[in-house]
Amino acid sequence: MNLGQTTLRFRQNSVRALEDVALRAAMKQAADTFGAKRAEAFAPVSDLEALRDRASGIRDEVLADLPRHVETFVASATRAGATVHRAKDAAAAREIVAKVLSDRGAKRIVKGKSMVSEEVDLNAHLEAAGMEVFETDLGEYIIQMAGESPSHIIVPAIHKNRRQIGRLFTERLGVPYTEDPQALTRIARGALREKFLSADAGISGANFAAADTGSLVLFTNEGNGRMVTTVPPLHVAILSVEKIIPSLSDLPAFLRLLPRSATGQAITAYVSVITGPRKPGDATGAKELHIVLLDNGRTEILAGESRDILKCIRCGACMNVCPVYRTVGGHAYGWTYPGPMGLILTTLLTGMAKSHPVVDASTLCGACAEVCPVRVPLVPLILQLRRRKVREGFPDPKERRVMAWFGRAAASPGWFSLGQRLAGIFWPLVRAVGGKDVAGRLPPPARIPFRRKAH
Amino acid sequence: MKVLLFGTCLVDTFFPEVGEATLRLLRRFGADPVFPQGQTCCGQPAFNAGYEDTARTAAAHFLSVFDGDAPIVTPSGSCAAMVRHHYPELFHDDPRMLAKARRAGERTYELSRFLVHVARAHEAGLRGRGTITYHASCHLTRSLGVREEPLTLLASLKGAAFVPMADAGRCCGFGGTFMAKLPEISCALAEEKAASVEATGADTVTGCDSGCLMNLADALRRRGSKVRVAHLAQLLAEGL
Repeated sequence: MNLGQTTLRFRQNSVRALEDVALRAAMKQAADTFGAKRAEAFAPVSDLEALRDRASGIRDEVLADLPRHVETFVASATRAGATVHRAKDAAAAREIVAKVLSDRGAKRIVKGKSMVSEEVDLNAHLEAAGMEVFETDLGEYIIQMAGESPSHIIVPAIHKNRRQIGRLFTERLGVPYTEDPQALTRIARGALREKFLSADAGISGANFAAADTGSLVLFTNEGNGRMVTTVPPLHVAILSVEKIIPSLSDLPAFLRLLPRSATGQAITAYVSVITGPRKPGDATGAKELHIVLLDNGRTEILAGESRDILKCIRCGACMNVCPVYRTVGGHAYGWTYPGPMGLILTTLLTGMAKSHPVVDASTLCGACAEVCPVRVPLVPLILQLRRRKVREGFPDPKERRVMAWFGRAAASPGWFSLGQRLAGIFWPLVRAVGGKDVAGRLPPPARIPFRRKAH
Repeated sequence: MKVLLFGTCLVDTFFPEVGEATLRLLRRFGADPVFPQGQTCCGQPAFNAGYEDTARTAAAHFLSVFDGDAPIVTPSGSCAAMVRHHYPELFHDDPRMLAKARRAGERTYELSRFLVHVARAHEAGLRGRGTITYHASCHLTRSLGVREEPLTLLASLKGAAFVPMADAGRCCGFGGTFMAKLPEISCALAEEKAASVEATGADTVTGCDSGCLMNLADALRRRGSKVRVAHLAQLLAEGL
């Protein structure tokens, strides 16, 4: 469920998150686990750097001529029997999906995990149109039950511990309390099985889309993705245009990188390659396949200085290692995509005016770029957005005054020394005003600065 | 060998003892350090906050003050990374300044790198004491690639024991202007780091960036910790 964008309140959101003991413990444990599992999974991969180069190269190749690859994909998928729709923006995507479903009288919808569907706030729209939408990924199922939005792009309920989930199940499903993950999974599976069998349609996302064959590729672990895409008679896949790779033969590089980066698995339990709907003689598959290709600002990003963020393959590794994300969790970012890739995408997709505080949500430590499997230049992209924020006049006047003073001092040793002396004289005052903010955490300036001792 | 000492604004203003230790080390290992009095700040606070013009002004000032051929040595991984990696970006469309920035970048050494590769200080048998743990600061390791040098220097201290901390390379939450803009998160990260330091049982924590050490010292103080915070330059100079 999309709860409306609160990115402008990033600082307040993060303060609230910092006070949430359960959230912080859950985040720390999960992020540590994923970090360790990732490192373990890559340990035996001796050609990791070459593999990253290859994957990064493929992503560059796609972005170098995205419109052509999209055209190729549309032609291939159509040839394979799918109906491809192009959605310019979120509203168009919602309308297209709703129309495909309602034209076929679909009322009960099962959904696999899809961040793009979160981006366009699909569920609320379908529900408003009188449909029932059931999230079937376990994490998404929990989040939907709690009336929340995912706080991680791979692990939607990462911020919840098993006691909270146990209580939620008792409350909403009326089952006896348990906090045993396996028992909870069994309960969810039992509840979902009936939904799969009675669903009129399944909605999924896609991890990749191969232009040469028109295939959709899904990496999943729970089997729900395969159920969503094959059990109901109608399958609607929604994905953003940059998920395209030129060829299915490009997949192996991502197959080796994505699961390891995301969950520390050598490979996910299921890898589905869906090429068109069920054909005569096929044992499985939806009878009808609709693919909704979402642009929603990507074309504009592609033409601008931040285009490299479109290389992102949504593994979530950058957020697992981000000191900010792992401390405040994903909801603080206030929109669909959190963490380093998320703050960049959020700013680009929703606009600086709705998101500018979040471009400061990075210490620029570079841990994200170190783990990015496709070498997205995350730190340069964040710096670029900060420059844009300044250019477009979003920082508050106080910050601008401080920076103006800083610029003068940095260019003139006289002003610089004067600044040092003034800081020393006014320090007690600065400290009193600063409180727990900056000044309260800095030591007092030295009585005699180094420059006067360095001979 | 003449070397130009870039003290950094933090050392200059808050931690002159780190600058003095750096001077002593450089002299002990045969360098002739000169502190250009015109120096101010590398401009990183402005650069990181998105004030490109301000950063460029600071960078141009730095390049004129540190002009020449002598190596530039600085007791800060972050400031060295600014000069080496970001100055060329700032002057990408000005060929004359770009060439100057690149030359300055090549001449710039973070102190531990200079001490190991040029001065070979790790072979001097410096003395140390107590148990020491080390915070591997972000720009030092990820931007400059200086990972082994500080550890090599610490390992060479006779009489001191080194104990690694968990997640030594995780950010302490300083982040320059980050500390001012999102102080609550910054404090939380520093607290986590301080807990890692305390968990080692070491009596001293060291590092190569005064910003991180300052942030860490504050978090340790708030915990009532007795762990001493000292820049690597100080620990090494004490063993001369």
